[in-house]
Amino acid sequence: MKAFTQLTGLACPIDRANIDTDAIIPKQFLKSIKRSGFGPYLFDEWRYKDHGEPGMDCTHRPLNTDFVLNQPRYQGAQIMLARENFGCGSSREHAPWAIEDYGFRVIIAPSYADIFFNNCYKNGMLPIVASHAMVDQLFKACEANVGYTLQVDLPSQTVTLPSGETFSFDIHPTSKHNLLNGLDEIGLTLLHADKIKAFEAKHKSAQPWLFA
Amino acid sequence: MAGKTLYDKLWDSHLAHEDADGTCLIYIDRHLVHEVTSPQAFEGLRLANRKPWRADTIVANPDHNTPTKDWAKGIEDPISRLQVETLDSNIKETGALVYFPFKHANQGIIHVIGPENGTTLPGMTVVCGDSHTSTHGAFGALAHGIGTSEVEHVLATQTLIAKKSKRMLVRVDGKLGVGVTAKDVALAVIGKIGTAGGNGFAIEFGGEVIRDLSMEGRMTICNMAIEAGARAGIIAPDEKTAAYLKGRQYAPKPAEWDKAVAYWNTLASDADAVFDSVVVLNGADIAPQVTWGTSPEQVLPVNGLVPDPALEQDATKRTSIENALKYMGLTANTPIEQIKLDKVFIGSCTNSRIEDLRAAAVVAKGKKVADSIQLAMVVPGSGQVKRMAEEEGLDKIFIEAGFEWREPGCSMCLAMNADRLSPGERCASTSNRNFEGRQGQGGRTHLVSPAMAVAAAIAGHFVDVRSL
Repeated sequence: MKAFTQLTGLACPIDRANIDTDAIIPKQFLKSIKRSGFGPYLFDEWRYKDHGEPGMDCTHRPLNTDFVLNQPRYQGAQIMLARENFGCGSSREHAPWAIEDYGFRVIIAPSYADIFFNNCYKNGMLPIVASHAMVDQLFKACEANVGYTLQVDLPSQTVTLPSGETFSFDIHPTSKHNLLNGLDEIGLTLLHADKIKAFEAKHKSAQPWLFA
Repeated sequence: MAGKTLYDKLWDSHLAHEDADGTCLIYIDRHLVHEVTSPQAFEGLRLANRKPWRADTIVANPDHNTPTKDWAKGIEDPISRLQVETLDSNIKETGALVYFPFKHANQGIIHVIGPENGTTLPGMTVVCGDSHTSTHGAFGALAHGIGTSEVEHVLATQTLIAKKSKRMLVRVDGKLGVGVTAKDVALAVIGKIGTAGGNGFAIEFGGEVIRDLSMEGRMTICNMAIEAGARAGIIAPDEKTAAYLKGRQYAPKPAEWDKAVAYWNTLASDADAVFDSVVVLNGADIAPQVTWGTSPEQVLPVNGLVPDPALEQDATKRTSIENALKYMGLTANTPIEQIKLDKVFIGSCTNSRIEDLRAAAVVAKGKKVADSIQLAMVVPGSGQVKRMAEEEGLDKIFIEAGFEWREPGCSMCLAMNADRLSPGERCASTSNRNFEGRQGQGGRTHLVSPAMAVAAAIAGHFVDVRSL
């Protein structure tokens, strides 16, 4: 997993509540057996005027110029501003894969769907939960100021606005540690293999029918 | 000290390790696998030179990409075919307790085949790279969807890194009216608490209405827990659960049966258990439900009117209503019963079990699908459901009424195969998500129960199934 420590990046506001993972990456792209290459199809149905299919060269597809991601001022954005319950619906990890492959490393929203939130960490992305008031403030400032850039610092758990104002965010200590060091979770879990085996033996004697 | 909830009991009985900072490893008893969310996990395992910890916990089957007709032609889309073949080769390499390849007599939707083969049991932990894994909570199992990285983690370690959820009780008291089903209860709950209402929670469903439901109905309710934001929905096992499981292939054998049932009987929330949140509905107040928007929480009783955004005070909600009406091609204040349909889909892991098909057939019997409906299809949840329905003659009732009778699979719930809506088409669907583009780009989905879907197919527009 890619490590994450700090990022100073352009913010892009996706102003809609309850964005589901079907919208983030439509089903036809889930046929891929790879983990990469989903970025060009991020928000496919909102981003393009034609129907997207896997393998399409997106450089010549007709763009929906109304969609925020297509506006020249947001090109190169690395921080997504989003609304409540972001990433609801399907568990498809293709959603964070697409967001990361496009170039985003941080999302700031008032709330996330649980499975999506977990999936972000597994892919070196930082989903930040901020208050409704702060998210509102960021949306307004971002829309009003071209080139609106935020500084995200994971070690100190802070986000600094262009005005110099700073807010802090919570993160589980283990998620933070793994993200800072880009650690392989499976390798870490296997350090506890003896405990898992001991649990398994006890579990088997209590419910042998689960081990048929 | 307060007693334990069912969720607490399931959690405690699977806690394999807890770090000082509260990070937990939960042992996984059953790993359901389908073709869409697993290839990258198997690849990761290979790249790291790791082996599955316990392949005998795997129950696998392709379902999302498989066609629902012309099986002799195989899978025509080469990308879909490669994904299904990749599952074949991955399972061949790792092994599994159960694998039903494409065209196997028992193949079907993973959340239908798990329970019907007795591979989902009370007291288990069940995971799958699929959000509708919550379905299996109907048996008193702790079951939820995971991402592909977590699929790899479970394959390699038989555990999941987890954080304990908060506990919510959704109690549905009293009795349901005639024509009101588990699907209507699920939609009414989501309408009440919203699609984010269950975020961070495991929901236990209880109350007389839930106790009265069949196992199929309970699966429908738990299936939709994820649409309320809860990763897991749970219902305490009882004599119906045991009766459903007895004799199924992978259920406990006779020698262990009594011991298993005795254990299952302990799986209920204690009388003095404390929940973080309690939501109460009265069954008698629930009418057949129809979603009008692009989120499952945008739902109304069939006799309602499409909402007017001008009356909404909250700006975010107002914008959501306006966006939904625009996408759905609906005008504020239109009676739901005047909404005309183009297609009707009966199927999905929410409503494709035998009881769903029986309920649909009761309404379809002796009737005809309206001429204005371009396609009405019934997609059974599995090969076993299909055979059972055919033995009961349900297929004939559907075909005579003008429905297409298809092969099992996920089909038009998410339209990864050829079954999909064209832009602007409007569908009454027994599936679980009415998101934009879910059933095909530009397609418009209204979620309903199987009986309501058939009633709509016959009338060409929504009707209150209670009036038939």
